[in-house]
Amino acid sequence: MEENTVLKMRNIHKSFPGVRALQGVDFTLRRSEVHALMGENGAGKSTLIKVLTGVYGKDEGQISLDGKEVAIHSPQDAQKSGISTVYQEITLCPNLSVAENMYIGRGTGVGRNWKKMNADADRLLTSLGIPARGNQQLSSCSLAVQQMVAIARAVDTDCKVLILDEPTSSLDEQEVEKLFKLMRDLKEKGVGIIFVTHFLDQVYEICDRITVMRDGQLVGEFVTEELPRVELVSKMLGKELDDLSDIQGEYSTYEAKEGEAPVFEAEGLYSDAGIKPFDFHIKKGEVNGFTGLLGSGRSESVRAIFGADRVLGGKVKVNGKQVKIAKPIDAMKNGIAYLPEDRKRDGIVGDLSVRDNIILANQVLKGFLKPYKKSEAYEIADEYIKLLSIKTASADTPIKSLSGGNQQKVILARWLLTHPEYLILDEPTRGIDVGTKVDIQKLVLKLASEGMSVTFISSELDEMLRTCSRLLVMRDSKMVGELSGDELKQSVVMNTIAGGDR
Amino acid sequence: MSKSSEASAKQAGRKKISLNDTNLLMLITIVVFVVMYLGAMLILKSGFLKPQAFFNLFNDNASLIILSCGMSLVMITGGIDISVGGVTTLVCMCCAVYLDRQGGNVAMSALIALGIGLAFGLVQGFLVAYLEIQPFIVTLAGMFFAKGMTTIVNSEPFNVAHEGFVALKNTRVSVPGMGTVNKLGEYVNAYVEIGVLVALVVVVVMFCMLRWTKFGRNFYAVGGNNQSALMLGINVKRTKFMSHLLCGLLAGVGGFVYFLHVGSCAPSHAAGAEMNAIASSIIGGTLLTGGVGNIVGTMFGVLSLSTIKNIVSSAGFGEAWWTGITTAAMLCLFLIIQSVVMGIRKKRQLGVKG
Amino acid sequence: MGTNTVKKSNEGSLLMRITRNQLFIPLAALVLLLLFNLILDPSSFRITMDHNSAGNPVLSGFLINILDNGSELAILAIGMTLVTAASGGQDISVGAAIAISGSVLLRVLCGSNTRPDTLQAPIIVAFLVACVVAMLFGAFNGVLVAVFKIQPMVATLILYTAGRSIASWVNNNELPIIGEPSFGYFGNFIPGIPIPTPVFIAIACMILIWLVLKFTNLRLYTQSVGINENSSRLNGLNPTFIKILAFVILGLCVGVTGLIKVSRLSTINYGVIAKDIEMDAILAVALGGNALSGGKFNMAASVVGAYVIQCLTTTLYKFNVRSDALPAYKAVVVILLVVLSAPIVREKLSALTSKAGRKEAA
Repeated sequence: MEENTVLKMRNIHKSFPGVRALQGVDFTLRRSEVHALMGENGAGKSTLIKVLTGVYGKDEGQISLDGKEVAIHSPQDAQKSGISTVYQEITLCPNLSVAENMYIGRGTGVGRNWKKMNADADRLLTSLGIPARGNQQLSSCSLAVQQMVAIARAVDTDCKVLILDEPTSSLDEQEVEKLFKLMRDLKEKGVGIIFVTHFLDQVYEICDRITVMRDGQLVGEFVTEELPRVELVSKMLGKELDDLSDIQGEYSTYEAKEGEAPVFEAEGLYSDAGIKPFDFHIKKGEVNGFTGLLGSGRSESVRAIFGADRVLGGKVKVNGKQVKIAKPIDAMKNGIAYLPEDRKRDGIVGDLSVRDNIILANQVLKGFLKPYKKSEAYEIADEYIKLLSIKTASADTPIKSLSGGNQQKVILARWLLTHPEYLILDEPTRGIDVGTKVDIQKLVLKLASEGMSVTFISSELDEMLRTCSRLLVMRDSKMVGELSGDELKQSVVMNTIAGGDR
Repeated sequence: MSKSSEASAKQAGRKKISLNDTNLLMLITIVVFVVMYLGAMLILKSGFLKPQAFFNLFNDNASLIILSCGMSLVMITGGIDISVGGVTTLVCMCCAVYLDRQGGNVAMSALIALGIGLAFGLVQGFLVAYLEIQPFIVTLAGMFFAKGMTTIVNSEPFNVAHEGFVALKNTRVSVPGMGTVNKLGEYVNAYVEIGVLVALVVVVVMFCMLRWTKFGRNFYAVGGNNQSALMLGINVKRTKFMSHLLCGLLAGVGGFVYFLHVGSCAPSHAAGAEMNAIASSIIGGTLLTGGVGNIVGTMFGVLSLSTIKNIVSSAGFGEAWWTGITTAAMLCLFLIIQSVVMGIRKKRQLGVKG
Repeated sequence: MGTNTVKKSNEGSLLMRITRNQLFIPLAALVLLLLFNLILDPSSFRITMDHNSAGNPVLSGFLINILDNGSELAILAIGMTLVTAASGGQDISVGAAIAISGSVLLRVLCGSNTRPDTLQAPIIVAFLVACVVAMLFGAFNGVLVAVFKIQPMVATLILYTAGRSIASWVNNNELPIIGEPSFGYFGNFIPGIPIPTPVFIAIACMILIWLVLKFTNLRLYTQSVGINENSSRLNGLNPTFIKILAFVILGLCVGVTGLIKVSRLSTINYGVIAKDIEMDAILAVALGGNALSGGKFNMAASVVGAYVIQCLTTTLYKFNVRSDALPAYKAVVVILLVVLSAPIVREKLSALTSKAGRKEAA
């Protein structure tokens, strides 16, 4: 078994100012295996990957490839030693051509045979079934295709170790299937693959081994078949987890009064983001959800409700009264709150403190001339930090230095502070750890039982089934169905999403 | 395209326009220049019909073309260098003092010019790339330094009378077949100065480098997305350093060519050259955000800027202030065109998504 | 004026906390410069009471000189800080805009006669008109930046190129001269008050911006927009408006500065008035430790930065550096300061000091 090892990391230490990100972590990768690296956010997965790829230098420890110790100081070094990486965020240059993106930064010499490069790129793209041409500008491809190009680049490098750092978060099911096929092919060829993901299903579908990390330390290495899911989750969390079962029953449903107008009602609403006109309503105390594949228009629908995209048409009623929502501020004034899908791009204001991030939305509602007093702001911040158990050094810490889950909680606090009647949560659980996921789901149900209306969107169907009492199904930018009651079953929902013709 | 794959066949329908951003913006500039020049020839006639008028565009702007090439390079990498004008002035002054007061030779003075440019490039490149200080601040200080040094070297303007230099300055390369008959009835060949040849060589070399070499493509990658470029295995710091180094070097060359054109020195020489260079680069289709730009476009940017100034002054707006206002209006127009065009493209790409 | 950052950090020694404070670098630079002056010429701190040509008692001396001449820069630094924070770029057209607003001011005061015996309009009206014009040009820059998404440096390059031409066009390239003595009060002295008027104007501007930052959400809004435009929009802010607002506020600062500049001479020189002041204003913001890429800002540090720049300028003049050679020395000092405040260098330095500290302990 030892001679089968391709990559060995021993006793890796790495500290950042104030944080010990990695403490004596070991990691072993064998030839021809897919090895999952699991852990909550902030467990140190990304740091370990970045140490391995030379983005960060390590403080201590050894890395050996094929039994020889290697020194990796930069991404180039990693590439030269045969370690290729595909990151969650697309790390290609949008202004260059697809072929250039696949070949830049590699090889020696000054010039380059451009014709041959384009032809090579085309051949590889075709063989992987990626719908792009080598001489096309990268930014003209869709995000999913760009991600596939990144993988094509990694694959083409003569690599021994391929690292996939959450590559599937922007891909839809078919694309994930394609990727898995690719991974299996590469495995056949003897490549060792490190696979970082939050999706448990995917781990059990493709991975041979699992290494679990927690709080910058190694928990252990396991063979997939010998590790049941529940145990995996509890190892990641460091506690036994029974929360994940049925949580809906724990909270009473809010009793709507007869004849009460819906909190929010839309008719023929559509925006410039490309969704077809749709009708929608939500009652007081209801939790419903938009579901559909990525790019089906589920996010665009709620963005239209909140006025985040330019609304082109449709009638909107709030509590039975017709209102006009053209900008986010209109929606906010009507008691609507929206937690956006892309936390980093649309949610946090990175350099500002946790306190400022919490008060921001309500401050805007209060008006330009009525700032919170400093003491008030601190009070509010501390209250919500306690309420949502946000892990932060202080209310003055810049939000960008918090972990993903805690950032999400801050954004949630921001909107709860505005005391909305109707709360829209677009992928509130994406990229955050399991513990926080459950916290957020529980919170949603609790708020609903107190009379808040909530729209919940998530890529993970079981999460939605656990929380929502009604699901609106989107396909190709159109609303294609509405499910409730007994129809809320995995199989039925899947069928509706797929259009029943699969 | 002969072996169009299955995938590309599928794409062919909706991707007829495969112009990338760089080429699109360059095309706009070239079209504008040609239309403008033809329009001037038809309507204003006088100064624009003679071939020499066209070549004078090059004669007057050779140094600006070289400076703009350097500027484009830095801008493609996502930075900016506003010291080029100051370096030009300094080079001019140093060479003049060396030739006239110290009796040096022309070759040495050219080396001095290159040396000054290189020194500026080295220091600024180091500060920007390795100490990660904002290029704007670094080169701003560079400009101050160069301008101050110029007056420390010598603050009195004078004409250079050095023989070898004057001979070189007056060397004219005639362009066969493009002559005109002058007032005396003699046939005079159109000519360009030595500086123009230098500028053309710079343009060709830079164009080839940026278009076809790996070294050149790295500049685009770094400008397109710094972080990605690092992940793609490009040495971002060295690339940034090289861009400033080359820009400094080209500022030295441009300074010498400027000196060769005017044959004198003064602290007020080449005032505002950095702004003209930036304006030309932008008009030529370089995005200040980096990653997009083309040297040929830049050259046409310089020519367009100069042509519009000529048009305005020969259309009867002779007062000095019109030049400034025209340049500004031109810049404004192109910036808005760029902004709108890129906005539309972005929107269209979002439509393609999914 | 800015939130004091000392309270915030909870680790490290007192020394570390002081050096981490954003005000540290500009204040230290100021103190160093003043010390340098004091050592080389101990008399430089003397403030004397003289009589100016009108026979009024006025204070004069090195320090008064800095305070007086630094006024314009300090006022501009206020606006420049806001623009930098909101747009992540700088306005390089302020010098040209000052020329325009000064020119407009004179035009309104003089009418068509370049040497009027009586003013054609009250000074306050002329000043307001000049401010409105400066704010309109600010709005023009703001629209280019916020609506057309052009980088601020480039967008303001337009006005930078055209500004002085527009200024001379406003007055048909003539140079009006104001004979009325009361016009000179704003840039020089009010009879009976020995402190130069610009100092009062600058202090008034500082108090005003302090009140605005305290009693409105300007700080939070500009910072949010500067850091993350998308999320600001989704929180109900209008980033376009806030960016334009920042440029308009800078326009107002330009208007005030224009008044002081023109009043100092009672006339205008289109090519020279407020020359290179944009560079000084930007340097002031940078010296104040504010990221030129936008986001968080510290207004007090910027204002101190402005006085550092002015102190440097005055010091150099005092040591008989020719005015046109001045930039070279300034550049060296600026580079030194910027290098010292660069994050990479600071990291290295603090690593060095902590290593030294550890050795001492051992």
